[in-house]
Amino acid sequence: MPTEAHAGGVAGARLGTMRSPMEPPATIEPLVTMEPPMTMEPPASVPPIAGIPGATPPMLDTRDYSLFYGTHQALRQVTLEVARHSVTAIIGPSGCGKSTLLRSFNRMNDLIPGVRTEGQVRIGGRPVDATDVVELRRRVGMVFQRPNPFPKSIFDNVAFGLRMLGLKDRAELEARVEASLRRAAIWEEVKDRLERSALQLSGGQQQRVCIARCLAVEPEVILMDEPASALDPTATARIEELVLNLKTAYTILVVTHNMQQAARVSDHTVFMLNGELIEHDETPRLFTSPRQKLTEDYITGRFG
Amino acid sequence: MSVTTLAPILRPLVKTPPRDVAGPAFTALTGLAAGLIVLMVAIILGNVAWFGAGTMTWEFLSGTPKHGMTAGGIFPAIFGTAALVILMVVALVPFGVGAAIYLHEYARPDAWLTRAVRFSVSNLAGVPSIVFGLFGLGFFIQFVGRHIDRMAGLDVVWGQPALIWAALTLALLNLPVVIVTAEEALRTVPRDMREASLALGATRWQTIRTVLLPQAMPGILTGAILSVSRGAGEVAPILFTGAAYFLPYLPTSPTDQFMELGYHIYVLSTQSPDVDATKPLLYGTVLVLLLLTLLLNLTAILLRARMRARLAGRA
Repeated sequence: MPTEAHAGGVAGARLGTMRSPMEPPATIEPLVTMEPPMTMEPPASVPPIAGIPGATPPMLDTRDYSLFYGTHQALRQVTLEVARHSVTAIIGPSGCGKSTLLRSFNRMNDLIPGVRTEGQVRIGGRPVDATDVVELRRRVGMVFQRPNPFPKSIFDNVAFGLRMLGLKDRAELEARVEASLRRAAIWEEVKDRLERSALQLSGGQQQRVCIARCLAVEPEVILMDEPASALDPTATARIEELVLNLKTAYTILVVTHNMQQAARVSDHTVFMLNGELIEHDETPRLFTSPRQKLTEDYITGRFG
Repeated sequence: MSVTTLAPILRPLVKTPPRDVAGPAFTALTGLAAGLIVLMVAIILGNVAWFGAGTMTWEFLSGTPKHGMTAGGIFPAIFGTAALVILMVVALVPFGVGAAIYLHEYARPDAWLTRAVRFSVSNLAGVPSIVFGLFGLGFFIQFVGRHIDRMAGLDVVWGQPALIWAALTLALLNLPVVIVTAEEALRTVPRDMREASLALGATRWQTIRTVLLPQAMPGILTGAILSVSRGAGEVAPILFTGAAYFLPYLPTSPTDQFMELGYHIYVLSTQSPDVDATKPLLYGTVLVLLLLTLLLNLTAILLRARMRARLAGRA
């Protein structure tokens, strides 16, 4: 749900082609009807503990998933379940495979030559390898470490994915761009300069435009690869607030170096080391009473 | 980290370093080499401008050669050069950029086809331009052109030296430059741009078209600029493929022959019946060729600067 779901009088005035005042973003009809209909499950106010088979099937899961870059094994038999509409943080030292694991869910690792995998990665119970990669990436959005808006206008950035889907109608593009920018809590800051280059924004604003760009194609899952590590503390706080808001509608997976951040935003935390999943638990429990010695050593700062 | 005492130094280092003689000498030598270039450019441009400026009349620029090229103007050659270069760019850039996209985006780097293409590109760049001229004559005119004539039942329309064949020969000559610079330009597009696009569900081709190519465009233009400069000045490739010694009319069809500035310079300087009468015209023609190249380059450079500014978010 967007935080600012008020009717956008200012917005309606600016976007002259729209006759009725902006409706709250949530009422815009879904972009594409999805199969299977997996938006039907009850809102998981208390997400089931992942790893324990619950009533709802996991949004994402991996089973004995291993990944090799040539001869180097980056992931070792990772088994993980991620509940719908929750935030899961993946923590661990540099090179532990957390980004690699994240990129397995939208098959970004396919781009690297010489990658070989074993085991399974599934979305909504379906193997990602059996899903059309373009369709998969639309359903599984991604936010990168460094804000990477295209050198285009703010509007064109957010409209990018929609245009790639063949959406041409200007009024609908405008409505969806506004809705996405509102969801990403950046609308008020950019509504008067949508035609300006996104590169003129501050780093934190750029990152929220990137989040809006990702939300525009209506993903179910958002993968965030250290989304705030290149930002200052204020911008970081805004991104974290945004993550907490977005989890009511999306399943979010966040890779982070920052354990405080993991503790603040996530419901579940995964600790990884040397390509292995060491521990996966509810965030408060993992940080207060870890079951594994390695986890305890890491969160108390003994290594990493 | 524990504090340890430093290991003792065996004996003091030599106190005064030896006098550096080689340094200043090399500075002077390299400076001389760099200065020579400026000097040579200055001599060429100064000489041409000095003797050519007087010829720059409207009659010279807009007229046709008269009295066995001892008088009159060079407009047919200006027009022919412009037509040649434009046709060349139209044929060259899509072809070269296409090859660069294939090499950079689709080809597997170690496949034999990829290696064969790269090998061909680098060898093509080393072929002397006169060989391109002969190739153009043999392939485009005698093979392609004559086959078109035969199949269309024409007399001799395509199977003779013509603007189109000269432009294609020049395009071939410049292909390596465009491929190499375009590939380099694609390589410099940051990886996260490509990933951002793909992660949004764009297909590979959509990513190339809407993200990579726009960002690589300034670099692609650089290749085009280089090829235009070279194309406007090359004589050897068009010698057999379309350039005419003298034509009283302008080319109106791609199958017409044409006059060209570079070739006209050659003709003026070697074939004139009256060297003294031709000399001012020769200087004027050289000056026009230089100015035309400069103008084409300047246009492309301004265009590139504007694109760069837009990509950097300043416009």
